Amino acid sequence: MVQVTGIKEIIKPENLVYKKTDVMTRNILSYCPGCGHGTAHRILAEVIDEEGLQSEAIGVSPVGCSVFLYYYLDIDWQEAAHGRAPAVATAIKRLLPDKFVFTYQGDGDLAAIGTAETIHACNRGENILIIFINNGIYGMTGGQMAPTTLPGMKSSTSPYGRDVKTMGNPLKITDIVASLPGSYYVTRQSVHTASNVKKTKKAIRKAVQYQKLNKGTCLVEIVSNCPSGWKMTPVQSNKWMEENMFPYYPLGDLKTPVE
Amino acid sequence: MEKELRLMKGNEAVAEAAIRAGVDGYFGYPITPQTEIIEYLMEANPAETTGMIVLQAESEVAAINMVYGGAACGKRVMTSSSSPGISLKQEGISYIAGAELPCLIVNVVRGGPGLGTIQPAQSDYFQSTKGGGHGDYHLIVLAPASVQEMADFVDLSFELAFKYRNPVLMLSDGAIGQMMEKVYLSPHKERSKTVPEWATTGKPPTRQRNIITSLDLDPNRQEVFNNKLLAKYDEIREKEVRYEEFQCEDAEYLLVAYGTSARVCQKTVQIAREQGIKAGLLRPITLFPFPTKRIKELAGKVKGMLSVEMSAGQMVEDVLLAVNGKVPVYHFGRMGGIVTTPEEVVESLKSKFIGG
Repeated sequence: MVQVTGIKEIIKPENLVYKKTDVMTRNILSYCPGCGHGTAHRILAEVIDEEGLQSEAIGVSPVGCSVFLYYYLDIDWQEAAHGRAPAVATAIKRLLPDKFVFTYQGDGDLAAIGTAETIHACNRGENILIIFINNGIYGMTGGQMAPTTLPGMKSSTSPYGRDVKTMGNPLKITDIVASLPGSYYVTRQSVHTASNVKKTKKAIRKAVQYQKLNKGTCLVEIVSNCPSGWKMTPVQSNKWMEENMFPYYPLGDLKTPVE
Repeated sequence: MEKELRLMKGNEAVAEAAIRAGVDGYFGYPITPQTEIIEYLMEANPAETTGMIVLQAESEVAAINMVYGGAACGKRVMTSSSSPGISLKQEGISYIAGAELPCLIVNVVRGGPGLGTIQPAQSDYFQSTKGGGHGDYHLIVLAPASVQEMADFVDLSFELAFKYRNPVLMLSDGAIGQMMEKVYLSPHKERSKTVPEWATTGKPPTRQRNIITSLDLDPNRQEVFNNKLLAKYDEIREKEVRYEEFQCEDAEYLLVAYGTSARVCQKTVQIAREQGIKAGLLRPITLFPFPTKRIKELAGKVKGMLSVEMSAGQMVEDVLLAVNGKVPVYHFGRMGGIVTTPEEVVESLKSKFIGG
């Protein structure tokens, strides 16, 4: 006779190899299956937890899919108007210089409506961390063309594909930020495989540590997927991202501090 | 401690008063006719003395969002601008009202619409008192009529802003901002060390996380919040009405005017009385809340009212609502940056009420 093991017998200290980070709340994530946001949130929460920053952190959430980020991380939050997070974060950090201040923004928020705020906060070298999720589409409003949508890529406002002659070219805003004297550490990562998750966590940890030096703005771009907006399965979307997004937005450090 | 007497522009007085009131942060962007505010603050460099942060933002949009960020930390923060710049700030002001954040916004009004003129006007009354940005909200609106009041209203604004967790707008104009008068400045006050319990300052283990937002997708909860705001505005209407009366006791004709127009109308009252016309002046100091009750009372005592504004007639609508048809109400005003003369107002009074 086969002995059926109950769940209670599985929950033993020696079996607990992975658990919810304390900084994550118990709220259920609002994201579509396969979306990279949840992984990015988890990494950020782990770093805040491991660096002992829960009581020091003030986050600024954007307008877009991650507008409800404040439901998921158990820290103090401000919800900014669309694109304005870097301006909001500027004032927080200037008035509370000892705190860890970061923004978390999507491509529409950071690279379209908030371009001025992004460029100028980075150019002033505000001592904040910007986490930039680039999935090349407006997810929250249902899949419209973003400033980072690839040439020829279809969206609900570029139904025949992005025609760069009339719709402009995808904006590599992270490259622009890296060129500014005010930025200190700028990197582009992804969270679609286990090894990429590790690299991204390392990058965010570095950015958080650099932040304490007060030497300028740190920006971590995460090239991510949007299965719903791209109208693909999660697996297809990750493959498509590797084949199409990465050649245009190559992963790796764009600016590292001169030691 | 004794007050210090200085000769200053209204704009300079606001800046100096902000330093003395213990303001934590100013975020601005240059625009005529209010640029002296940020210039004065940059030169005074209060970061070295009181620790006040002064920052020139990349736009009015960024500046008001910096105010949002600072206010949400429980700090006493402010911005200033003039009409076109205030239009740009409206999105941020709506968010600040929606998140119930205290702050001070100074509008040194110039003529519009559009780029308009750099000369003084009072054509932003609707925008200031009826909302301005999207959604159902009100600012507390203070209307200074002198350099002294521009200075005094800084501290008053923060007192009201924190009492009600509501943004306060100081509605000045290019004339008061630019003219020089003597002003008694209050002694320096320490910057407040009190942290409001709702402020985002980093979550200690002893409390729940604080979230500053104006978003709620649940219609029922959002309506509860809307009603909470309405109750707050009612309380403000009940408790915070401020106005000044000038020779109203025996007045047969009441002038209603604020700011620069109220200064003009004081002279008008004098000239009219010399000519045997019993005129009086009611000067609203708060435009929201509006002195509706007092105007209603006076409507029972006078033969008519004249709303005098440097606009096409905006406040006159609130006077009409208060009077509710009891006596005739007219508007007189100049536009385009032209300051009304007392004699013009006397003529308007005569032609509208007395004939000839």
